[in-house]
Amino acid sequence: MIGLSFILAGMLAAAMPFLLAALGELVAERSGVLNLGIEGMMALGAVTGFVITFHGGGHAAGFLGAGLAGAALSLIFAWLALSLRANQVAVGLAIGILGQGLSALFGKSYESMTVAGLPKLHLPVLSDLPVVGGVFVQDIVVWLGMAATLAIWAVLRLTKLGLIIRAVGENPAAARALGYPVIAIRYGAVMFGGLMAGLAGAYAATVYTPLWADGMIAGRGWIALALVVFATWMVGRVFFGAILFGAVSLAQLAAQAGGVNLNSQLLASLPYIVTIVVLGLISSNKRLLKMNGVASLGEPFGP
Amino acid sequence: MPAPLLAIRGLSKSYGRVHANRSIDLTVEEGSIHAILGENGAGKSTLMKLIYGVETPDAGQVTWRGDPVRPTSPAEARKLGIGMVFQHFSLFETLTVVENIALIVPGRSAALVARIRDLGREYGLEVDPRAHVHSLSVGERQRVEIIRCLMTDPRLLILDEPTSVLPPQSVTRLFQTLRRLRDRGVSILFISHKLEEIRAICDRATILRDGAVTGTVDPRDHDATELATMMIGRDMPPPPPAKAHKPGKVALELAGLDHVPDDPFGQPLSRIALRLHEGEILGIAGVSGNGQAELARLVSGEVTLPDHRAAEVLMLGQAVGDLGAAARRDLGFAFVPEERLGRGAVPEMSLADNTLLTGHRAGLLRRGLIDRAREADYTARCIRDFDVRTPGPRTEAGALSGGNLQKFIVGREIMLQPRLLFVSQPTWGVDIGAATAIRRRLVAMRDAGAAVLVISEEIEELFEICDRIQVLNAGRLSPSMTVRDIRVEDVGRHMIGATEGGAS
Repeated sequence: MIGLSFILAGMLAAAMPFLLAALGELVAERSGVLNLGIEGMMALGAVTGFVITFHGGGHAAGFLGAGLAGAALSLIFAWLALSLRANQVAVGLAIGILGQGLSALFGKSYESMTVAGLPKLHLPVLSDLPVVGGVFVQDIVVWLGMAATLAIWAVLRLTKLGLIIRAVGENPAAARALGYPVIAIRYGAVMFGGLMAGLAGAYAATVYTPLWADGMIAGRGWIALALVVFATWMVGRVFFGAILFGAVSLAQLAAQAGGVNLNSQLLASLPYIVTIVVLGLISSNKRLLKMNGVASLGEPFGP
Repeated sequence: MPAPLLAIRGLSKSYGRVHANRSIDLTVEEGSIHAILGENGAGKSTLMKLIYGVETPDAGQVTWRGDPVRPTSPAEARKLGIGMVFQHFSLFETLTVVENIALIVPGRSAALVARIRDLGREYGLEVDPRAHVHSLSVGERQRVEIIRCLMTDPRLLILDEPTSVLPPQSVTRLFQTLRRLRDRGVSILFISHKLEEIRAICDRATILRDGAVTGTVDPRDHDATELATMMIGRDMPPPPPAKAHKPGKVALELAGLDHVPDDPFGQPLSRIALRLHEGEILGIAGVSGNGQAELARLVSGEVTLPDHRAAEVLMLGQAVGDLGAAARRDLGFAFVPEERLGRGAVPEMSLADNTLLTGHRAGLLRRGLIDRAREADYTARCIRDFDVRTPGPRTEAGALSGGNLQKFIVGREIMLQPRLLFVSQPTWGVDIGAATAIRRRLVAMRDAGAAVLVISEEIEELFEICDRIQVLNAGRLSPSMTVRDIRVEDVGRHMIGATEGGAS
């Protein structure tokens, strides 16, 4: 029971870096752009957020700076991939490596230093419930992240902007024939993705583990990318996938701490295995894939 | 006299060294259905793109209701009151009808749904506003496109080859819609190469050839032969000669084949039964999207059946259902797919290398290595015998025009001397001259004793060359009809489908 409430209390915070980054990437991919540089954008956001917070700028400024840094890096990606129509895979990988390099460079003198995290907010009644009470003791960013999930779902599903993004992703040529500025829309979507990746990095570095260590993003950007695909480009499933991943990561920690007699490497790989199996199963529905998959994903578009 | 709705003077557009439009003059009056008549490649589509603002002209001027205009984007053209229905629809498959329309029409979803229903009733364009586009038939998609245009209140509606995707009964219905629109003050630019249609509905026709205007006439005053002469610059080639013949052994048999394609948007096939003999041409009529692609893949071997269902496809006396395309070709089968670039030929490879793709069976290999001399010789023969207009065997396939590439691919397959030849959409996007040449070749194959299976959307073409016709509609194949005994309307009835009750 202690294990369960531990998992329930921590899973939302653990999921947040994946969730924020994956939501941003989902928007970019829905417009037809595959940005493989998410890991680097998270790393750059992480170091930016950490440095600002460390020097007393506060978390709000740290997150703002991190988001802008991620967006700036994604702007370079967008210029190469959209304006110059370079191969999106190659450019994404290169920009990702650039981001990780910059992160290591800027973070060099902050190695092993710490900042204060964010306080957990205590909600009346809900937070005092037995077992599940921990779910309702979270920092403000978790609640904002959940609100962002709902907002992105609503924009994509219910608004004209979302309709335009989906249309551009399915058939850019037809969208242009209708008079929509395809490239400008894709710039916007990619930069939103960069912004969210930067925020995700800041959360990882200044809230979840408020300590600077080089390479601290540790592949979370790649997991976010995989989540988007496994979730068949659906916001609700990205949310579910991110939380599942967070929960299983905590479960294996709890298991190790509880002295479960299993190889620790095997336990450590459990979150990856469970996420792949579960999302792999639900993403095998061909009809859903066709309905939500992005027909023009990764293809350069231009006159 | 009031200013005409649209007046174009000296409009020109070049792509590199190709003059797509040369000093075009065109005047469209208010309340007129005006045809733009020309062969494929005559410059019709370019002209429409210039009017609709998709492309900008190199020279010339456009006057709209007396004022000079220069639309540089479709959005501007729409603001002027110009709407366009493209030949290849510009709809988004994963969106619903109302979502597709909301992309260019402001308003709340519920209000749009109501307007779509109203317009549908008024003009005979009924369609379910909440349906996803991928679930609609081709005719329904065209209605969505037209409704989408109408909702922007156009004064001029451009329709690019609107009938090429419709069964005959739906054409009648489309014409009623167009006449009703004209009566309410919408002028229509009707692009087509089908002469009888233009005579049936248009009051004016501007004829294009090689990018230039060769005449502007009232099509009702001229018969089809005269219009065709203006269009192609010489007399119509005569149809290939019919010849009495005796069918031989069964070359292809499908006995009640059921098939559900992997693609969830694909058309499942149900109880497909056909029997094709040597020495005859069997035509599969019907509008694309009714299972044509799925049937073609099953016959060609691109899609195979599991072992225990091998006998459901019998080819040249053998059960081949589980055999791939190469194994079927080894039996004496040849196939010309619908998509020339990407399936029929590799665009980036030379004609010689494209010959090798299927022609390696004709002795172009020596001890497993390519015999370049023979390959070049074989390709040159194909180019000569099938009148492919190209600089030579080293030219990239992608550089050929549609008609020439099709002549090349058909030639390549015929040179293999197959006993069973399957051609899907033999003359799609091909000019009249090349189309006639291809049809003659297919007839010659038949007369030489081969079995020929043809899938085509062009009913006239099937009536010209086939001995028997079956119609594929909604994944079901009609019984066989002997061409001598039937009329176009009989085929049309099956294209709509008895079960659909004329809904298409």
